[in-house]
Amino acid sequence: MANYKYHLLVCGGTGCKASESDRIVNMLNNEIRENGLSSDAKVVTTGCFGFCEKGPIVKVLPDNTFYTRVTPEDSKEIVMEHLVKGRRVERLLYVDPETKKHITDSKHMGFYQKQIRIALRNCGFIDPENIDEAISRDAYIALGNVLAGMTPEETCNVVKESGLRGRGGGGFPTGLKWEITRKSQADQKYVVCNADEGDPGAFMDRSILEGDPHAVLEAMAICGWAIGATKGLIYIRAEYPLAIKRLKIAIDQAMEYGLLGKDIFGSGFDFEIELRYGAGAFVCGEETALIHSMEGSRGEPTFKPPFPSVEGYLGKPTNVNNVETFANIPVIFNKGAKWFASIGTERSKGTKVFALAGKINNVGLIEVPMGTTLREVIFEIGGGIKDGKAFKAVQTGGPSGGCLTQKHLDTPIEYDTLIEAGSMMGSGGMIVMDEDDCMVSVAKYYLDFTVEESCGKCSPCRIGNKRLHEMLETITKGEGTMETLDKLKTLSHVIKDTSLCGLGQTAPNPVLSTMDNFWEEYLEHVEGHKCRAGSCKSLMQYIIIPENCVGCTACARNCPVNCISGERKQLHVIDQTVCIKCGTCMEKCKFNAIEIV
Amino acid sequence: MSSIKVKLKEKDIAKIQEICKSFDNKPGDLINVLHKVQGEFGYLPAEVQEVVAENLNVSLAKIYGVVTFYSFFTMIPKGKHPVSICTGTACYVRGAEKVLEEFKKELGIKVGESTPDGKFSLTCLRCVGACGLAPVVQVGEKTYGRIAPDDVKNILAEYEDN
Repeated sequence: MANYKYHLLVCGGTGCKASESDRIVNMLNNEIRENGLSSDAKVVTTGCFGFCEKGPIVKVLPDNTFYTRVTPEDSKEIVMEHLVKGRRVERLLYVDPETKKHITDSKHMGFYQKQIRIALRNCGFIDPENIDEAISRDAYIALGNVLAGMTPEETCNVVKESGLRGRGGGGFPTGLKWEITRKSQADQKYVVCNADEGDPGAFMDRSILEGDPHAVLEAMAICGWAIGATKGLIYIRAEYPLAIKRLKIAIDQAMEYGLLGKDIFGSGFDFEIELRYGAGAFVCGEETALIHSMEGSRGEPTFKPPFPSVEGYLGKPTNVNNVETFANIPVIFNKGAKWFASIGTERSKGTKVFALAGKINNVGLIEVPMGTTLREVIFEIGGGIKDGKAFKAVQTGGPSGGCLTQKHLDTPIEYDTLIEAGSMMGSGGMIVMDEDDCMVSVAKYYLDFTVEESCGKCSPCRIGNKRLHEMLETITKGEGTMETLDKLKTLSHVIKDTSLCGLGQTAPNPVLSTMDNFWEEYLEHVEGHKCRAGSCKSLMQYIIIPENCVGCTACARNCPVNCISGERKQLHVIDQTVCIKCGTCMEKCKFNAIEIV
Repeated sequence: MSSIKVKLKEKDIAKIQEICKSFDNKPGDLINVLHKVQGEFGYLPAEVQEVVAENLNVSLAKIYGVVTFYSFFTMIPKGKHPVSICTGTACYVRGAEKVLEEFKKELGIKVGESTPDGKFSLTCLRCVGACGLAPVVQVGEKTYGRIAPDDVKNILAEYEDN
């Protein structure tokens, strides 16, 4: 990247592409050409910068200027002002929400200050479709060193010493997993990368694959050497076309450079990587289900043991790690296990990537050291709650996790503390909720997901979760009783204890954690027939406030079911027996004369 | 199985055979084969599954089992402009349900159905990963972000003429 005076990095992640970042690249290139700057400035399409809320993002190097919410039409101004005249385009700079000042350098943005980027080290820096850029940032050095001077046993030991634990959710020590697979005897072993990121609201793995695919390929080859496998498979969701495309390009380039394939670095070690596509089944994130899916069958889990490390793909020992886990591996070898272990906490080493989403100001992808508190993540990095509303809960761990509340805000983020608090790390989805979210409905939402995604093999999960969902439905309709709440709790525990795989064992977590932390809301639904968030339709009524109604007839004219009556300039009344609670009247009323009770 | 009956043409059968062959007719590649075949035909009716079964030498029951297990595979043809509403958690808390209701109302169909003229079909999907743009709607290949129920009419209007 040395020969150009300026580099313009444009985010080419899925989110920014949806906001026309491709057109920004084209228009920037046109402007650069027209201004005769082709030898001075280069436009690079990179992976995700993380700050999705403000996308599309264009970053100009060497001065680190960070332009936000750029439109294709802004391209001309960026080139003319910044590149030609050397002046920053002020109006596109990020405005600090507190000081209201424009921030030029991304290093000074609250969003980035608390972050340490290990797994995301190259995302937003390199062109993921160009292997030379990855190599210029140390890709494949770790693989070279491992092949040149380490035995498989030593390789496993480095990972063990680093303290790295599986980033897919469970937190199993990665080094130990490698060692078990290494010790299994077989003529063929496999390395599998789990890229079936199914948690709704999580996009960590996708961003890594889109932004830095070589990190994962290199780590898989290192793993292959460590466990004695010559074949790697990446199981990726078909819903991620961009990640698939970039992986294919990366594999081809690595093969061409001799960094994958036969006799890598002249060491005599062969390693090849193939892609396998998922087809939309959440349960396939579970490793045994994933393996069945790769074999071309229904993705139903099987009982463990035998663990895949002993008997996995096609009956052979198979090491399954998630994308983010792999992305950490090359750095551990380059910087040393001790360095990695010095980051984070006693029980959880290194960093964790989170997809911050929901009712939060700075939606995006972040990476923080383990031990960072939820408060730091939500209020400092995340910039607090949208529209100045009150924080209510944060959901971690997806459908297997739970909702944490105000009292957990100072909990350091670690595998074990999150479990103690009634949630879990999960793969890294972090959804923030505000006062308008009804926690009973949120629990129902997750159950809705689990019921649909349950593979149906074991009855506690197949039938039990359906029953839980029905009970939650009754509660949100205001038909629940105290007995319903009792049954809800008992059945949740039964499902947790008796389901076959992780999906069923964790499916009741959203119910249990909301019952623990928001018990009074469940009581209100059952005893008071009231939903304080105003989101359970059956429990709310739209009524007209007599003092405010001027009789303009706007509500009556727009009501789709004609349930509002009243003469012109007279007080109007809503017939509650007919009202479908669509909220149109409230939207149309200009006098704030309609309220929800 | 599906009530839709299709008669496959010779060249359709040849195409399926070709796809199966490109994976060496390996039963283990069933899911990859189905992806390719669905990409070709848009959906996987029973008749297509029969040809795949014959070529990969696996039972039709197994293929039906796989097709119905994974949400990506469908036995019903999609509309010319498939509308997908993201109902991932981020979109859910930012109002995806209301957007979905509006699409149902405007199109007059339920989730999983197509309009009688075959122009639009409506599905829900789980997280496209563009959570910064929530709530998100996809029409064909195009992604629309930060959608409010009021935007629905305008989005559909873009596809009015074709």
